[in-house]
Amino acid sequence: MSAEQKNQTGGSLLELRHIDKTFNSGSVSELSLFKDFNLSVARGRFVCIIGSNGSGKTTLLNLLCGGETPDAGQILLGGRDITKEPEHVRSRRIGRVFQNPAFGTCPQLTILENLSLADRKGKSYGLSRGVSGKKLDEYRSKLELLKLGLENHLDLPVANLSGGQRQALALLICTMTPIDLLILDEHTAALDPSSSENVMELTRSFVQEKHLTALMVTHNLRFALAYGDRLLMMHRGKTVLDVCDGEKEALHVRDLTERFNEISIEDGNDV
Amino acid sequence: MDVFLGLFTGVVQEGFVYGIMALGIYVTYQVLNFPDLSVEGTFPLGSCVAGVMIAAGLNPWLACLAAFVCGAAAGGITGLLHVKLHITDLLSGILVMTALWSVNLAVTSGSAVMPFYNQPTVYTTGPAALIPDSQNSLRAVVVSFVFCLIVKVLLDLYLKTKSGLLLRAAGNNPRYVVSLGKDPGNMKILGLMLGNGLAALSGCILCQREESADIYSGTGMIVLGLAAVIVGINIFNGLKFLRSTTAVVLGAVLYRGVLVAALQMGLPTNYMKLLMAALLTVVLVAYQTMPAGRRKKHVS
Ligand SMILES: Nc1ncnc2c1ncn2[C@@H]1O[C@H](COP(=O)(O)OP(=O)(O)OP(=O)(O)O)[C@@H](O)[C@H]1O
Ligand SMILES: [Mg+2]
Repeated sequence: MSAEQKNQTGGSLLELRHIDKTFNSGSVSELSLFKDFNLSVARGRFVCIIGSNGSGKTTLLNLLCGGETPDAGQILLGGRDITKEPEHVRSRRIGRVFQNPAFGTCPQLTILENLSLADRKGKSYGLSRGVSGKKLDEYRSKLELLKLGLENHLDLPVANLSGGQRQALALLICTMTPIDLLILDEHTAALDPSSSENVMELTRSFVQEKHLTALMVTHNLRFALAYGDRLLMMHRGKTVLDVCDGEKEALHVRDLTERFNEISIEDGNDV
Repeated sequence: MDVFLGLFTGVVQEGFVYGIMALGIYVTYQVLNFPDLSVEGTFPLGSCVAGVMIAAGLNPWLACLAAFVCGAAAGGITGLLHVKLHITDLLSGILVMTALWSVNLAVTSGSAVMPFYNQPTVYTTGPAALIPDSQNSLRAVVVSFVFCLIVKVLLDLYLKTKSGLLLRAAGNNPRYVVSLGKDPGNMKILGLMLGNGLAALSGCILCQREESADIYSGTGMIVLGLAAVIVGINIFNGLKFLRSTTAVVLGAVLYRGVLVAALQMGLPTNYMKLLMAALLTVVLVAYQTMPAGRRKKHVS
């Protein structure tokens, strides 16, 4: 009863078919997380994913990006089977921002060097000069979009930036070259409220302007409702709620917390 | 006074040559964040290759190139063991270092020492011949300095290329390299090839000064190289205008100087390695770089 199937017009960009994933198979700590998991996302969708801790959100993203391989099933991106592709090959078409602001950039290199590297994504990294003067203005105008004043500090090592600045930069970096899919895993979780708002607004504008398809995991129910046009709630490796467009807009934070509580009660917890 | 001057030129000359190896360790340890032990094997590999080639009457400059290539190949094996076969970084180095012992003996056809007295070397032919024989020790300093300078400048240039930036990223945040669509494992292999190529080149140049290759010459090279990198970066990098690579070379010269000074003050040669280890221990404790510094190096 996937909401996507009901509303789908074009072909789907991303498809997970019959995915099985078990951790520590055969040991006492065996955990069968996904069992015949299916998901399809149409091109241009901005999907928010919520769910309790350990419900498998990060694992789902890792399966997509190639950090984890499914025990069974298929993953298709743009109609192509990428199930067996190594992570670095997939990332040529997938951009990802992590929860940890230290992951999405290279701290030791300067802002300019980071941007120059990102600009070459998918191409070769040869013996030509690492940073070219010709691109400076282009980079500056891109950094201006972040409204953080970073355009005046091109030669500052990224290590000196705050978490919020780094996440904004990481977002810019992973959308700089054309990508099919943008993956955001709690990318505002480590930020203070105002930086979170800023990064979320940037996310919205990048997704809109570049017509990206995005998957965003968040624990912030307000963000999950305010952004995107499809909402998934996960629990123990299953999708327990899947709504889009009008149905999603009709939801309130209260509805979501109630749904969380129901699940919790199903699990035998008194709330 | 003459004795002192002789010692001083000796220290500076050797310091510059060891500086080339220290630059290799800078690449593996500091840039790539890889504690590479294969250097103990690739340094004498460079000597042995040079020894055999020069004794056979081949061009000493060609020997330098060959030494670099052989060292790079050995470093590449360390990288492959680690990246493709998932053997830990330390063990990969130990495996290659141990295997190279036999390889080095095979290169020298079984002799531990391989003299090539009075053969042309980089210290006597080519551009070096511009300085007369009478200025022997000065010439050695100049040649060593120029070699080290060329390597340092080339390394600086490389680290500013796209490939060089990617290498630095691979050491600093491999995840970032993955997100750029590249395999950080390949960058590791490349860095290990570069680092060990430089170590072998250093061994090759050093033995040409002594006109004899010595298969034991690798012992203690890790300690010497690490000390140079850590001392150099911590002491000299405070001076903003100095590049890290310059600091590393100065570190090698300084460390060498302290060792020679200790020998002059009457320390028996047998205690040399003990002193080397003790000195590095002091350095490590003083800067506490081992756990923190290996993981993060902040540029402020
Ligand atoms: N590499 C792994 N090995 C073993 N178990 C794992 C591994 N990765 C995830 N798990 C387990 O799978 C389950 C789902 O983890 P996952 O990180 O996907 O949850 P999540 O929904 O992202 O949670 P959170 O909201 O806390 O980020 C957890 O029980 C976790 O312990
Ligand atoms: Mg998670």
